[in-house]
Amino acid sequence: MEGDDETRTFPGARPPERTGWVDAGGLRLAVNEWGEADAPAVALVHGGFDFSRTFDVFGPMLADGGWRVVAWDARGHGDSEHAHLYSWPADVRDHFCAITALFDEPIVLLGHSKGGGQLLDLLDARPQLARAFVNLDGLPSQFSAPDINDRERRRMRRADLAASLDRRRRRNELRRRPDTIGGLAERRAPMNPRLSREWLEYLVTVGARRDAEGWRWKIDPVLHLGGFGPWRPQWSMEHLAALDLPFLGVLSGVQDDPMGWKSRRDDVAPYLPPGGRLEYFDDIGHFLHIEQPRFIADLVLEFLEPLR
Amino acid sequence: MSHRTEHVPNGRLRLALHVLAEGEGLPLLVLHGLGDRTGTARPPWSAAWPGPVLGLDFTGHGASDIPTGGGYTPENLMADVDAVLAVHGPVCIVGRGLGAWVALLIAGARPHLVHGVVLADGTGLAGGGPEPPSPHVTSFPAQPSGPPDPYALLELSRDVRPPDYAMDFLRFVVEESDLEAPIVVSARIRPPWVEAVADAVGVIDLPLEEAVAHLARTAT
Repeated sequence: MEGDDETRTFPGARPPERTGWVDAGGLRLAVNEWGEADAPAVALVHGGFDFSRTFDVFGPMLADGGWRVVAWDARGHGDSEHAHLYSWPADVRDHFCAITALFDEPIVLLGHSKGGGQLLDLLDARPQLARAFVNLDGLPSQFSAPDINDRERRRMRRADLAASLDRRRRRNELRRRPDTIGGLAERRAPMNPRLSREWLEYLVTVGARRDAEGWRWKIDPVLHLGGFGPWRPQWSMEHLAALDLPFLGVLSGVQDDPMGWKSRRDDVAPYLPPGGRLEYFDDIGHFLHIEQPRFIADLVLEFLEPLR
Repeated sequence: MSHRTEHVPNGRLRLALHVLAEGEGLPLLVLHGLGDRTGTARPPWSAAWPGPVLGLDFTGHGASDIPTGGGYTPENLMADVDAVLAVHGPVCIVGRGLGAWVALLIAGARPHLVHGVVLADGTGLAGGGPEPPSPHVTSFPAQPSGPPDPYALLELSRDVRPPDYAMDFLRFVVEESDLEAPIVVSARIRPPWVEAVADAVGVIDLPLEEAVAHLARTAT
């Protein structure tokens, strides 16, 4: 669109210092890195409808703290390939492929939201992939309503089922709607109500592409909020209790955040692994590491200091 | 005996739909089990069916496309069947094994397009059980050797099937159906979800051949 310049800046945001690809069962996943290549590694796994460049402020803060910070885009998100099929276990397997392709030794894993929930499941199957685990608002409870995959796994009402199938019937026609940078930021704002417009517009310039008609989010238009499938929160929480490694969980206490998991301290505390640590902030929303990057980065760096 | 194959689009994939018997009226759609595929001949137990008999190869099975990198769920296979409904309209379904589970799901999701269902024995009938099985994460080479897709075998054999989830779909069927018994259980092997469904109102028990005859009578 004419008059819409192609760049935005945001205080502290740094593009990745290295980029690359990993193969996950034939799908190419985009990888971004910050920090010294020979520093101890921490992998960051983003949440649903996010992408690895949403770590552009938080990632460099960890890198400046002495860590090699590696993040990849989930299938259908960011610069990774769009897939024929999407499912929670497929994402978990993709994370496994990325971790084993990129690292020879156990590393620190950090997941936000859906990424945190998926790492919880991955570590139940492959505990020796990690030497520490940080989960940012990705811990379900019986009262929680996690983002896309919680809804995917909840019992669906009939109308939701029909609507979902109707959408699948139209999947070949689905296109991301073009807009200006400001327009896309405006449309994402309801999902990220506590993030500044300046940040949202920066996000557009790294999470969308510009073509002749304007900017379009890169995320596969087949993906959408909602879905169905059987799921019980305790199935994941039992995985939390089974962890045998240093663990830091951080919960957002803002209950009206549309993407929040709404897990409270008392919901999660009974499942903490031995020595596990849980922090709860009732004044930070679901996107803790974007809303308060310095505060959360310092919390994570302090937790990880013995592991450097 | 006749056999021809249609291709049904489902998003970026193409599904094989085999016409096992031509005819007029409501089609009988046959859904195969896990790792299986539609045969080239009309199943002998479908003899009582007066109309066309169709057999779908699920994604990653038989002559249907194989997706890259897996991602199978029974709900994704439900969309396979919905792609057939979009082309052919209302059907009755005989589902075997995994196909029985998918048949129940699509009957609940599209009760006005699925007029009756037979749940029969076949591979993958139990799935992963009512709770998640032991943790397991693995990956395969990028290029599968051919159908059935190993990702399908892995993921669909482990999908969780709580009885209460099955019962939600059963209720959707029963609430919307004009039939007294829109669901017929023919399976002799009965994992917890089949047990729960078999005991419900609106469900009857019949051997497979009789079940097809029952649907044939009630579908006209």
